[in-house]
Amino acid sequence: MLKQILTNDGLYLKAAGAWTAANAHLLESYDISELRRKGVKESAVLDVGGIKALDTYGAWLIERLVRRARACGLTLEIVNLPERFTKLVQAVHVTHGERKPAKRTGSVSMFLETIGRFFPQFAEDLAIFAETLGAIFSALLRVVIHPRRFRLTSAVHHFDRVGWQAMPIMLLISFLIGAIIAQQGIFHFRKFGADTYVVDLVGILVLREIGVLLIAIMSAGRSGSSYTAELGSMKMREEIDAVRTMGLDPVEVLMLPRVLALIVAVPVLVFFGSLAALYGGGLVAWLYGGMSPAIFISRLQEAVSVNHFEVGIIKAPFMALVIGIVACGEGLRVKGSAESLGKRTTTSVVKSIFLVIVLDGLFAIFFASIGM
Amino acid sequence: MADESHELAISVRDLVVGFGRQTVLDHLSLDVYRGETLGLVGASGGGKSVLMRTIVGLLPKRSGTIEVLHTKLDRTEESVQAIGRRWGILFQQGALFSSLTVLQNLQFPMREHLTISQELMDEIALTKLEMVGLGVADADKFPSQLSGGMTKRVALARALALDPEIVFLDEPTSDLDPIAANEFDLLIKTLQQTLGLTVFMVTHDLDSLFTVCDRVAALSEGRIVTIGSISEVLASSQPWVRAYFSGARGLRRKVPTQ
Repeated sequence: MLKQILTNDGLYLKAAGAWTAANAHLLESYDISELRRKGVKESAVLDVGGIKALDTYGAWLIERLVRRARACGLTLEIVNLPERFTKLVQAVHVTHGERKPAKRTGSVSMFLETIGRFFPQFAEDLAIFAETLGAIFSALLRVVIHPRRFRLTSAVHHFDRVGWQAMPIMLLISFLIGAIIAQQGIFHFRKFGADTYVVDLVGILVLREIGVLLIAIMSAGRSGSSYTAELGSMKMREEIDAVRTMGLDPVEVLMLPRVLALIVAVPVLVFFGSLAALYGGGLVAWLYGGMSPAIFISRLQEAVSVNHFEVGIIKAPFMALVIGIVACGEGLRVKGSAESLGKRTTTSVVKSIFLVIVLDGLFAIFFASIGM
Repeated sequence: MADESHELAISVRDLVVGFGRQTVLDHLSLDVYRGETLGLVGASGGGKSVLMRTIVGLLPKRSGTIEVLHTKLDRTEESVQAIGRRWGILFQQGALFSSLTVLQNLQFPMREHLTISQELMDEIALTKLEMVGLGVADADKFPSQLSGGMTKRVALARALALDPEIVFLDEPTSDLDPIAANEFDLLIKTLQQTLGLTVFMVTHDLDSLFTVCDRVAALSEGRIVTIGSISEVLASSQPWVRAYFSGARGLRRKVPTQ
């Protein structure tokens, strides 16, 4: 496709065939600076008369040859350019086609940069959390003062989605976890004849910790992620800007009904989920441990006080609030691209599960210190 | 203008396309010759975009044949793949990949279809970017940072990334201001002449029809009712075509006569 003929006057390059995208990989490997090193004189001729087909790729490769030749002190002259190709060659000739190579940094400095960026990012996360919390509360206050501004339909709709429609899966998972705890308890307690204590184990664990934690984590994954994705895609399609320009507050219109729905839904789910877990535990105690339901129930009444239930259920709305705030806050941080929507949804779930567990720990300390 | 010596680029015969009970295209036939710019006009919702999307294989046809560059398209994977690098499509909203930069968007088809080095890919992509009137400064931007006009230009550059023989343009000037639309028309014309493209353009923009198109086809009630040079179409007695071009908007225009 590109033949070099050394003549007395210097170099004669003869191009032929199809200089098109399909052949670009064959053509680009030709290195003109090689010739310079071999002692070719200052000028050379590129005969393009034999080219059958030319597209932008070919035209750029010709242009590149000329530029590279110039860079190493050769003058390359194009001759016999067919009339039909002149426009294209001219169009490519006037472009620049080069840019500064991107700055390359070492892996150590990249690592340090990542760490360095983490801290302001963390501070920003905290600030945004506080900001969203504040915005929700001020919206709530406004709604309390003017109850007619509350979007009841929207709140009920979201309650249906995150509460009622979530019920089957939440009950199933709680039931299974309750059953598994009971089975493990019976299996290990039996060794020292303490299998009746499995009722204490299941009752206290489910009502105080597992019941609420499980529902909160499931809600973060199931409902929090959908809040983030919804608000994020509304942000991307400028729907939130549209709400704002109509003189409405997106926090009041979009976030408050969602967060309130979650705050109502999670305690309800925790209540029924705990029942399902106790039911599962009782069923396993009966079928696997041979403890009749009557004994299980009377033992449960002795082992569990209403205190344990209160400890669990008090935590539920706070966890719902954290999930709602994180989910909505992350949704509003979505930028224009599809990738950022995915990233924010992941962040929302990871962050809300983490915060739910941290909150659970704080509550444990709090309840221990007030003796509940 | 329908010169028999011209080579056919697209040939559509007896095409029927419909959804459910509704028939959108009813035994439609259309020829596009190599190296020409064909403008397709028609009422909103009248099937212009459906025709374009059927030709490029995005919608199924009920019957009829479509031949592009002498290849029969029957919506099988192979036929679309073989022809995929020989055409470029400019979607109405640009359809740029939002997670890739401008330069990466241009290189996406190159990466899939060619085996050239990253260096050459960068150079070619920048050349294309300059050919559509953008610069090196825009190369590393993301689609969300571009204005409407820039998005269209980048989308055009991506449609041209593999130096296709045919480009399909779906309302290229629809959301541009008149100055930008005019520039874009000129750009299409220049590129069409430089690269020897065949352009199939769906448009509502009467200015585009006058400045860019060699031939204009009018689509009404699922068929091509009139086709020919703009002056021939203007002289048509077909009622819908008359209504389209002699409405209040059409009258304000100075109609060039040959």
